Amino acid sequence: MSEEQKLFKVTIDGVTIEVPAGTTILNAARKIGPEVAPPAMCYYSKLEGSGGKCRTCLVEVAAGSTADPRPMPKLVASCRTNVMDGMVVKNTTSEKVLDARKGVVEFLLINHPLDCPVCDQAGECHLQDLGYEHGAVQTRYEFKRRTFVREDIGPYIQLHMTRCILCYRCVFVADQLTPDRVHGILDRGDHSRISTYISKAIDNPFSGNMIDVCPVGALTDRTFRFKNRVWFLRPLDAHRDCPDCCGKVTLWNRGEEVFRVTARKDPWGEVQSDENGKPEWICNTCRFEKKNISDWVVEGPTKISRHSVISANHYQKEVIPPDPLDKILDGRSPLLLMDIHENSQVNQASVRLDEIEGPATGKTFNGDPHSTGHNPTDTRER
Amino acid sequence: MEALTNRVKPVARKKMTLLERMYLPEVLRGMAITFRHIFKKKVTINYPEKTRPFSPVFRGLQILNRDEEGRERCTACGLCAVACPAEAITMEAAERQPGEEHLYREEKYAAKYEINMLRCIFCGLCEEACPKDAIYLSETFAPANYQRKGFIYGKKDLLIPHPKENPEAYAKAKGNRIAQPQGHGNEK
Repeated sequence: MSEEQKLFKVTIDGVTIEVPAGTTILNAARKIGPEVAPPAMCYYSKLEGSGGKCRTCLVEVAAGSTADPRPMPKLVASCRTNVMDGMVVKNTTSEKVLDARKGVVEFLLINHPLDCPVCDQAGECHLQDLGYEHGAVQTRYEFKRRTFVREDIGPYIQLHMTRCILCYRCVFVADQLTPDRVHGILDRGDHSRISTYISKAIDNPFSGNMIDVCPVGALTDRTFRFKNRVWFLRPLDAHRDCPDCCGKVTLWNRGEEVFRVTARKDPWGEVQSDENGKPEWICNTCRFEKKNISDWVVEGPTKISRHSVISANHYQKEVIPPDPLDKILDGRSPLLLMDIHENSQVNQASVRLDEIEGPATGKTFNGDPHSTGHNPTDTRER
Repeated sequence: MEALTNRVKPVARKKMTLLERMYLPEVLRGMAITFRHIFKKKVTINYPEKTRPFSPVFRGLQILNRDEEGRERCTACGLCAVACPAEAITMEAAERQPGEEHLYREEKYAAKYEINMLRCIFCGLCEEACPKDAIYLSETFAPANYQRKGFIYGKKDLLIPHPKENPEAYAKAKGNRIAQPQGHGNEK
């Protein structure tokens, strides 16, 4: 490394910033802020070699550099293109980029089942955000979509290959985080799919991180399957002393029940880095086996962007004023006040969804609170 | 003190005349108005015997819809609950098990679905939010009840009758409000 790092001046959507040489356009744009940062589906800054596949981060380079100010002839993938000194980049200010991105979204959605009402990723899905922001209202695709049977990768992770956009992020996780990779992409073209070789179960202590890196709902947590929508849960920052990982997580609670544990996310939807820049991946023990609030030291509510649907749960750190009725009634509870929990069948105290391993079934709420389901036959019809 | 508006009217404090003190002409004038109304057309109707037609945009009691084969359409996606400004809707989702395909349309369904009718303001946002055409505001009222707990409506109160087993009740519950199911256009 040279003692003095060379700084390049780059202008993105009219905002100029100085970044070290070797920075990609995408990372330079992220330094400016979310207003100019292009969306990314396959690029993941914490995974080496990711990026360059989905083409959602295409930008227009209006001037290559000070030395050679000619524009680049085609749109470039900003996650794979390094900045040059004096480069002028257009992202949202370029009609060409917006049009191209609309096309990319259409391509990504060609085979996507759009089963968001069923999918557990809904509400924190990058493809959903991307489609909402850049997609067309209607599909023009008239043919049958490719479908796959749902697959279980190990006891905790479910693979819905139908929803996959082949970003390869999970393959990089398996490659870089876990000592030996047992899953990858099989076949090619339209048939290509993520799979474990001969359905070999992944029992690796860090395999659960592929759920966090998956931008869509292709890899989901089986212990959280269908339990609740993310925007009804209360995200809490918590930590514990874990011998394997950093132990810093986000708990997704309903009341005191821990429905799901995930790694903490940064504003780009990626796993947060600690002060040394090391990504805070979490191990499977923390993720899947510590579903008890007493296992954790709760730090406080997670900060959620107010543009996110997750903020619709209204869980904020607020001081609830004391109820004057308590004082006036002096411990009495007159009949005219109805306790909703006595009559409601939802959120029953006897049903502990955090204690059952898989999704609830009809029986869970009708007399057999420990019943859990596993339906491998279900794929989407049509 | 200066008046705030120009509409101030000074109060007349003059003494009433004898005719005015008898009040008789004023009483007769009031009675004349009352008698006139006997011969006017009545604005009320004898409800329950007679009912008024509903407006096409009337929003009444919610119903949970079924598809043409009688399967429940709701997938417990929670969009109605998140759209509900009164926070009246709650639900519990469950996974469809093998052998339940004739009951539920999708692989996930609402095992419990509740609307607190004490909270509901019949705004119709649940109907607008629903991506599966599963909830509709029908042309009926929530019936009166003696106790508050009678207003916690569960699935058995909300589900529309089965279109094949009970087609008459289904047609009645459906009313004229349900549009043709359209989906989101991507369900090819």
